Amino acid sequence: MDRVRDRVVPVITILAVIVVAWYAFAVFMNAPFQRDLDRRAGETPTTMEFIGKTLSQPKPTMPAPHQVAQNFFENTFLRKVTSARSLVYHSWVTLSSTLLGFTFGTALGILIAVGIVHVIALDRSLMPWIIASQTIPILAVAPMIIVVLAAIGITGLIPKALISTYLSFFPVAVGMVKGLRSPDLMHLDLMHTYNASASQTFWKLRVPASVPFLFASMKVAVAASLVGAIVGELPTGAVAGIGAKLLAGSYYSQTIDMWAALVAGSVVAAMLVVLVGIVGKIVERSMGGRPA
Amino acid sequence: MLMTVNQATATRVDQNAVVEARQLGLTFQTNDGPVRALSDVNLTINKGEFVSFIGPSGCGKTTFLRVIADLEQPTEGKISINGMSPEQAREARAYGYVFQAAALFPWRTIESNVGLPLEIIGLPKAEQQERIKRTLDLVNLSGFEKKYPWQLSGGMQQRASIARALAFDADLLLMDEPFGALDEIVRDHLNEQLLRLWRQTNKTICFVTHSIPEAVYLSTRIVVMSPRPGRVTDVIESTLPKERPLDIRESPEFLAIAARVRDGLRAGHSYED
Repeated sequence: MDRVRDRVVPVITILAVIVVAWYAFAVFMNAPFQRDLDRRAGETPTTMEFIGKTLSQPKPTMPAPHQVAQNFFENTFLRKVTSARSLVYHSWVTLSSTLLGFTFGTALGILIAVGIVHVIALDRSLMPWIIASQTIPILAVAPMIIVVLAAIGITGLIPKALISTYLSFFPVAVGMVKGLRSPDLMHLDLMHTYNASASQTFWKLRVPASVPFLFASMKVAVAASLVGAIVGELPTGAVAGIGAKLLAGSYYSQTIDMWAALVAGSVVAAMLVVLVGIVGKIVERSMGGRPA
Repeated sequence: MLMTVNQATATRVDQNAVVEARQLGLTFQTNDGPVRALSDVNLTINKGEFVSFIGPSGCGKTTFLRVIADLEQPTEGKISINGMSPEQAREARAYGYVFQAAALFPWRTIESNVGLPLEIIGLPKAEQQERIKRTLDLVNLSGFEKKYPWQLSGGMQQRASIARALAFDADLLLMDEPFGALDEIVRDHLNEQLLRLWRQTNKTICFVTHSIPEAVYLSTRIVVMSPRPGRVTDVIESTLPKERPLDIRESPEFLAIAARVRDGLRAGHSYED
């Protein structure tokens, strides 16, 4: 009962508020066009009829929740996953470059962090560049990466993945610098009294101490990777992927398709973040973490 | 019945000397200017002794221990450990160090925490196991091998950290207020156990504390220090027998030594300002 009261009720309440607000907003956004249509057709619908019409336009300015839900359901569960209209298919295309980019990004981030922690010169010289790299709008960089790589013959998955890498290495690098520096002075002194070598201190102290930081930053990085993969699909004229779906939707004013693709993207993002969280929990548990 | 040993005789050159400090001084350079943490410390600690360092904070007792451990570098004078420089002694793993907090690695079980120095030295697995078992027995922690630090009480954690310091069998044990954060009941218990352990292993122990009863109860010799600059103001040789039940603390002999320590602390103007 407590669980229902403390968790389910607040969640449902917030969800209901969002849905109601969304409907109200949809009516408001779609009303001018509907009024226009009705005027031309010479119809004078009642208020209820009018509201019904605003929520069932084929190409609404703002699709209603049930339109998006229906589109999402049909394109996710009722189509063959190999079909070009299946959201599962598009999600998979985006997911594969997300995962590749995330793997690259995590590895690169860790590598940079190790360098920064161990080499004073890198600490001074690299960090400003890393921060600068993240202030550049990814939308501006993405086409250049694609074009440059295409010029040297690299096309397909890798360029898209590299844009994910570009976005995801940053949180990992920042988190891991903090993580590798997290052992307290007493632990470092302890290793010193054992006359431990730098690599022993690294593997036996710094690495295990950084694990919670790694997973926290990987959660951010995986979501950033997905954004990178979607953005990477926009300027490439990709025919598949959530980004391509968004682009096609905007060309043909298929607003419902666009919203459904957005929902698919957020579902994938949520699954990835949860997955990283679960792996993090398992690793922490196996490292003797106190069960929360 | 107190035997007063002045510093000149206490610092005699001795074959048995484990730690020898001569005119040792250490000045920290801080943003507020230089701070003399240690000044003109002359001290010889012999094999098998239990020496306590007592004084108010800022008197340099911890700094002195850290100099022995090669965690701080002296700026004046000389110090040798087993005839070696602190750095050589550290490289030879001549001492075990127990910190104010247990400082166990939270991701390691108790046995693998105790085994950490052994891994670093690179002992064979079988010998590691044997030593872990032996030292955990010594501190009464058998049966807790597979537990993680958070599953143990503060006193047990500190015992595990003592086991870790004992595991690689150095003859010298440096302890920096190891029981400072524990309540008095646990502290009494651990004091008793530490004495037993010292008698069993015949190690040389340097023990930093700010508790007069603890210093008197444990030590064969008590070094009283005072701050600004950190220096030795008195060295008191204990007349208590090696075998010490807890109630020895009510004996007149014990109280006399405690009074002398208190006098020494007062003489160092340590309670002013």
